[in-house]
Amino acid sequence: MKNSKPQIDYQQPVIELRGIVKSFGDLHVLRGIDLDLYKGENLVVLGRSGTGKSVLIKIISGLLTADEGSVEVLERNVPQLKEKELQQLRMQIGFSFQNSALYDSMTIKENLEFPLVRNKRNLSRKEIDGAVDEVLEAVGLSHTIEQMPSQLSGGQKKRIGIARTLILKPEIMLYDEPTAGLDPITCIEINSLINEVQEKYKTSSIIITHDLACAKSVGDRIVMLLDGKFEYQGSFEEIFGTNDERVKPFYDYNFIT
Amino acid sequence: MLNRLKRILLELAKIHRFVMRFYRELFRAPLEWKEIIRQCYEIGWKSLPLISLTGFVTGWVFTNQSRPSLSEFGATSWLPMLISIAIVRALAPLVTALIAAGKVGSQIGAELSSMKVTEQIDAMEVSGTNPFKFLVVSRVLATTITIPILSFYTALVGLMGAFLSVYINEDTGFIIYFEQIFEAISFLDIFSLVLKAVVFGFTIGVVGCYQGFHSPNGTEGVGKAANWSVVMSMFLIFIEELLIVQILNGIRNW
Repeated sequence: MKNSKPQIDYQQPVIELRGIVKSFGDLHVLRGIDLDLYKGENLVVLGRSGTGKSVLIKIISGLLTADEGSVEVLERNVPQLKEKELQQLRMQIGFSFQNSALYDSMTIKENLEFPLVRNKRNLSRKEIDGAVDEVLEAVGLSHTIEQMPSQLSGGQKKRIGIARTLILKPEIMLYDEPTAGLDPITCIEINSLINEVQEKYKTSSIIITHDLACAKSVGDRIVMLLDGKFEYQGSFEEIFGTNDERVKPFYDYNFIT
Repeated sequence: MLNRLKRILLELAKIHRFVMRFYRELFRAPLEWKEIIRQCYEIGWKSLPLISLTGFVTGWVFTNQSRPSLSEFGATSWLPMLISIAIVRALAPLVTALIAAGKVGSQIGAELSSMKVTEQIDAMEVSGTNPFKFLVVSRVLATTITIPILSFYTALVGLMGAFLSVYINEDTGFIIYFEQIFEAISFLDIFSLVLKAVVFGFTIGVVGCYQGFHSPNGTEGVGKAANWSVVMSMFLIFIEELLIVQILNGIRNW
């Protein structure tokens, strides 16, 4: 893919979160989150496991409902959308799951065409096949088209998971731990793919991770989720220039200082 | 005690919502026809070998068990009539449903539960697909359609098993045997088979899907969903059998 990085439009937020609170019983996960994602931006959300990073993007996509606060995605108020409207909005949001979530009873081709066949019922077989070929080429896995998900490696599954979201040409991408459980070389390949997706498809993305190499490689801006709130935000250097004892271990562990 | 009662009532409310949602989605176009046909193939066609064996053995064994009682009164010539009524009215739908509850119900429960654990259901939802319609409606429709067809097939195979026993022991010919059978079976008996099979099929589908959709997370949840799908389906099938027999006997005596 030879494309240029899109210009970030700081006047045009595609996601606006205000005062998001979410609890599961007595466990208070998010305690007042405010967040803007701007058009063309790759935003990394860093934080420890179990701090509610995945919950945050599930709230954005409407899979979970916040207890308090407002969620606006592409100028639409997510909690107030009717089922059909939410379905329409979701076609503009790509969600890459931590474990890829490929449908294991279907071939790669069937996995990829699944969202397309159900959402764009007027497409011809030729157009569907063309779209499948295009996204497979974009993730560099054209040869896997007839394989089953169980035949792929972890990295390949991640790529196919991303390809499946790209087939609907989303404006926003949500990546949940894209490099979790992968070897360093594959992590670098996935990071490159995230950047390539941003460049080719002009997407705005939220990347949930605790992998600092990933954050440094793909993030235009980084926010740090600590104790249910965003405590720090800025560039990689700004975040890790702090002496906060809750932040420093991340850097020390990832870069073995 | 009060907490337990509260939990049971909450669970019943959840099941009620689940069934109501099924009806809402069922009448909202478009239906996933390709998936419904695939499920009918998975549930129906792939159950045929097991159903064939079970149906044949049931017919054969039931005939052999009934013969001594009838022979005491010198009434073994009534065997075809007795067997046909028992098989068509009760055994065929019940045996089919119990086999399907074990084979199909557990399969549906485990499949949906593992899809939930691996976030495949969430993935469907965020890709603009209604997972309830795709997974639940298609499977419940498939069980409701295929169990009656399988029940007719079980009845046929069971009657063939019974014929073999009658032919060997009483030397009754094929045509005479089936003439006696068709004389004995009434429209209400056929209706009884269809009604029971439809109710049992619907139950197996709903219970399997409900357990799969609401299983606790983790691999333990997959096992529990499969297990409870079978246990609950079988329990409900016997309760339904009891109720339907009472209703049909009421109609018969009316």
